[in-house]
Parts: sequence; structure tokens; C-alpha cells
Amino acid sequence: YSAILTFFSSQQRIEIHKLRQGDNLILGFSIGGGIDQDPTQNPFSEDKTDKGIYVTRVTEGGPAEVAGLQIGDKIMQVNGWDMTMVTHDQARKRLTKRNEEVVRLLVTRQSLQKAVQQSMMS
Amino acid sequence: MSAAMDTESTYSGYSHYSGHSKKAHRQGRDRHKSPRSKDGSRSEKSVTIQTPPAEPLLGNDASRAEEGQDDNWGETTTAITGTSEHSISQEDIARISKDLEDSVGLDCKRYLGLTVAAVLGLLVFLTPIAFILLPQILWRDDLEPCGTVCEGLFISVAFKLLILLIGTWALFFRQPKADIPRVFVFRALLLVLIFLFVFSYWLFYGVRILDSKDTNYQGIVQYAVSLVDALLFIHYLAIVLLELRQLQPMFTVKVVRSTDGESRYYSLGHLSIQRAALVVLENYYKDFTVYNPALLTASKSRAAKHMAGLKVYNVDGPGNNASGQSRAMIAAAARRRDSSHNELYYEEADHERRVKKRRARLVVAVEEAFTHIKRLQAEEQQKAPGEMMDPREAAQAIFPSMARALQKYLRTTRQQQYHSMESILQHLSFCITNNMTSKAFLERYLNPGPTLQYDRDRWFSKQWTLVSEEAVTSGLQDGIVFVLKCLDFSLVVNVKKIPFIKLSEEFIDPKSHKFVLRLQSETSV
Repeated sequence: YSAILTFFSSQQRIEIHKLRQGDNLILGFSIGGGIDQDPTQNPFSEDKTDKGIYVTRVTEGGPAEVAGLQIGDKIMQVNGWDMTMVTHDQARKRLTKRNEEVVRLLVTRQSLQKAVQQSMMS
Repeated sequence: MSAAMDTESTYSGYSHYSGHSKKAHRQGRDRHKSPRSKDGSRSEKSVTIQTPPAEPLLGNDASRAEEGQDDNWGETTTAITGTSEHSISQEDIARISKDLEDSVGLDCKRYLGLTVAAVLGLLVFLTPIAFILLPQILWRDDLEPCGTVCEGLFISVAFKLLILLIGTWALFFRQPKADIPRVFVFRALLLVLIFLFVFSYWLFYGVRILDSKDTNYQGIVQYAVSLVDALLFIHYLAIVLLELRQLQPMFTVKVVRSTDGESRYYSLGHLSIQRAALVVLENYYKDFTVYNPALLTASKSRAAKHMAGLKVYNVDGPGNNASGQSRAMIAAAARRRDSSHNELYYEEADHERRVKKRRARLVVAVEEAFTHIKRLQAEEQQKAPGEMMDPREAAQAIFPSMARALQKYLRTTRQQQYHSMESILQHLSFCITNNMTSKAFLERYLNPGPTLQYDRDRWFSKQWTLVSEEAVTSGLQDGIVFVLKCLDFSLVVNVKKIPFIKLSEEFIDPKSHKFVLRLQSETSV
């Protein structure tokens, strides 16, 4: 055998049901990034000019973790709204709309895959 | 044979080999090697130092043959005595080898140079006047009348001569501040140039004018005016060569004192080695702290203790291999695991503490003493007539209260021989006269100052010798090293060229100064 590790991106659709805490509906994660922010300080992006919205923290046991959101995911769409060219504040607003109980996110995730190849000689 | 041993022992590595034949001179021995020193090709590398013989260098024993000495005589080291009171020139090498006290011949040399220059200057100054006056004296009646033009020329000659006189006085008539070993090349060149120039003018004048009794007086006067103009230009040349050329800094020299490593850097222009040595010495007296032999004894005693415990026994037989022995000793001493570094560390820490304590006591004592002295105002003079004192008496009055603390401090810092009680009292009255505070008074004692601050008897450094491998009239170049020696220590001078600097410009438009704020916020949702 010879094994090769590669990074590749996969898209996931994640549906988060917001949790009511007092007067607020929370999702249980934190975002960073935006077109008005400094992309070079983003630790999760592969391309340091990427100004997209990234998931920087996921609270344990929160709705996001339950739904399968992981730290480092890049959020591409929220409920059909594009998130790749928005400011930080616009992103926050789209995620925290008061009248929405469910948000459907399209995220891009980088994961490792071990590709196992059989060697030439059997 | 003992004579050979005598001559081999010299006080430095440089003149080690060359000490041989000059000692031969000095003792007036008729040795077949002595003519070598008079060899013309080596005259600039001659050696003339009279110093007491030091202990022989390691490995330098009687087995070294005299023939070996002769082979090494072609060594390219030069040592030239350039003391502050005598000047020596190339032709006087033979005379120098006599007693140094016999200075009559050397002074004559210096004054000879001065008189030659003075005579030449006088001659040059009187030449235009002579040119103008001689026709008037010799064939007045034949001269063409020459009215206003000539009178105008007379006035211009007079003023130009006056300017020349003032300029020469300003440039050349200065107290010589030092005597240097070799001739000052540029001055000699200028004197030769002036002499040739005036000589050719006289030649022309003599042949064309005196002999033929030229009647065109205006032409003669204009000839004299042209001479004065040319002299003014030569004066300009003298200024450029002697004064301006070395103003622009081209070299940086590092001067290190051999005994304690104190070093300074100076900037120099295009100078000859001997003039650079002069500059270094002038700055030495004001920049370097005074040489204090008492501070060096500690390291010497440490080194002595380090090597003292080793003895060498020769097991192999009677062959006396001195250099082998010494090498063995050094190797053994290096391998010995002793704690002299420990001693040094604790000794230094202890010394620091003691000095600080004594210094604190001294500062307090002096402050208290100074508070007792108050300057008497004019009105109060009538009120307390009985207590008026002049500065000297005031100093004597407060001196006892601080004398002990001061003396203890000076002893701890080993400066006690530099300050006598009389000098301290004098300084104290000086400070009181000029309204100085206690700190200003103490500034002289707390830190060792430059050599100029102290009495001439304590200087340890009045006669200097320039030791150089290149001729001392050659210019400075990158990498030259020369040494200025006096009896107790030496200054090693290392010359480095100032690097060529490439400076380029970059224009920044003031309108381009614009900034953005780069954030990275994190919001929890």
C-alpha cells in the first residue's frame, strides 16, 4: 500500500434550529470575516485574500454543533442569501433575523481524505 | 658574546632586531655591521631609540647567532624618535645615535629651515618693489614718462603686496606646536616652487630689462604687477594644499591604548602619517583618561600567581630548550583548573561596593561643608565684618571637614598621587570663588579625567616615538597601522577608510499618505 493525504473541499448543507434563550434566538457559533475585514488575519482560510464568512467558534452542545457545523467552515449561503461578498455586520444580520426559527446554511469544509492506492507491484 | 646578548634585548617586538646595530653605534664599537645603517636605501627605515634594556624575550637566548641577526636586519620596521623638544631629519641619523642630551646640532637643523623660509619670503616680497625701483635708480632720464596708468598700477601693487603680507602672516607665521620627524612635504614643495618662480622672473628681468635698459616704464611696471598677481595665486595654492585638502574627512582612525584598552575614534582627511600622529596625540591629551599605573598592578599580580605554581624539570638531559620549556609551562597553566576567575569576580564586586560606600560618604561630607559657606552680599558686609574671608581662607576653613573622606576615596580609587593637598585647596577656593556647588567641586575627583587636567609631572607621557612600517611622510591609506610609543605605554593606531556611500532618493507624494483600518471582528450569533 501507499497512502496519500489530500485536502479537498466539500459542500455541506446544514440546517440549524435556533434555540430560544430569554428574549433572543441563538445559533451557538461565532463568525468572522467579511469584505470590510482584514483577510490576512483569518486562521481558517486557505487563501489569505478570501474575504468570506468563516465559523470561528462553535459552542458545545449548542444548536450549531448538534446540526453538524464545524469550526473553520466557510458559510456560502444563508437561507438562499449569498454570504461570500457581504460585510461582517450584514452577515450577522442575516443570521439573526428575529422571525426565522430555522436557518439553512450552505457551507464549504476542507477535509482530509486518505487516498489509498495500491502500489504498482501487487 | 655578552655584548651580543645585550644588544638583543630590546623593549619591544618591533625594534627587536634593529636594536642591534644602533646599540653598536651608541657604544661606539667598531663593528663591521654598523655601515649598514648608513645604507642609503634603508635610511628611511632607520632605528634610533634609547631605552633601558628590558628582560629578554622568550626563546631569545645566547644560542642565536650573530649571522642570524644580520639576516633579519632587512626587517621592514621603522622607529624614529620624534620627541617634543627635538627635531630630526634624514641626514642626522648618525648624530642621533649619540647621547640624546646633545641637542645642539638638532636645534640648528630646525632653525636652519626657518631661516631659509624667512629669507626666501623677504626676497620674494621685495622683488616687485625692486623691479619697479631699479629702472628709476639706474636710468631715470631715459624712461618714457608714464602718467596716470603707472600711478594706478603703483597703487594696485602696493595693496596687493599688503594683502599678500597679511595672508602670509596669517598662514605661515604661527607658533609651531610640534616638531615632526620628517620634512613637511607640501611646505618644502611650495618653497621650491616659489624659489623657481621668482628666480625665473629675475632671470628674465635681468636679461631683457636691465641689460638692454628698456625704456618702456609702463611695461616694466606691468611686469611687476604680473609677478605680484602670480604670487597671490601661489598663496591661494598654498592655502588649498596646506589647509583645505585635509579638512574633508576620508579616514577613521581607531586609537587604542595598549595598557588598558581604552579606545577612541577620530576622523581625519588626507594627511601624512606624521601629521596624523600629531592629530592623534593632540586629541589624546584631552580625550583619554590619564594613564594610571596603579590600576594595572591587580591584573599583573593575578597573572603572576597563575604561572607561579609551576616548575619545569628537564628530564631528558642537559639540552637547554628554553622555548620548549616555556611552551610546556603555558600549556600546563592553561590546563590547570584554578579558580582565579572566581577570585576576580568577588574581588571586583567587593571593590565596587567599597568605592560606592566611600563615594557616598564623600558626597555627603562635601555637601555639608559647602552649606557652611555663603557668599556675602554687599549689604551684609557691614553687618558682619569680623567673619569676612577671602576664597582661600574659606577653603582652608571648610577643608578639614571633608579631607578625610576625600583622602579615603582617592586611596580606594588609586588616584591619591594625582592630587596633592595644595592642589585640592586651590581647586576648592576656585570653586568657592565661582559659586560652584559641591557636585561641581567633586566632578574632578569622582572620575579620572583627561591627562590635561593634571599636573605635568604626573603625565607619564611627554616624549613620543612614532613607529611605522611605511615612510612617515607617505599619506594615510586604508589598513595602515602605526604605533605611538612613550616610555610606559603605547597607542596603537589603526586606519580605516570611510566607505563610499551610495545615496539614492525616493520621492513620496504627500497626497499618498492615506490609511485604512483593518479589523478582524468576531461576532457570536
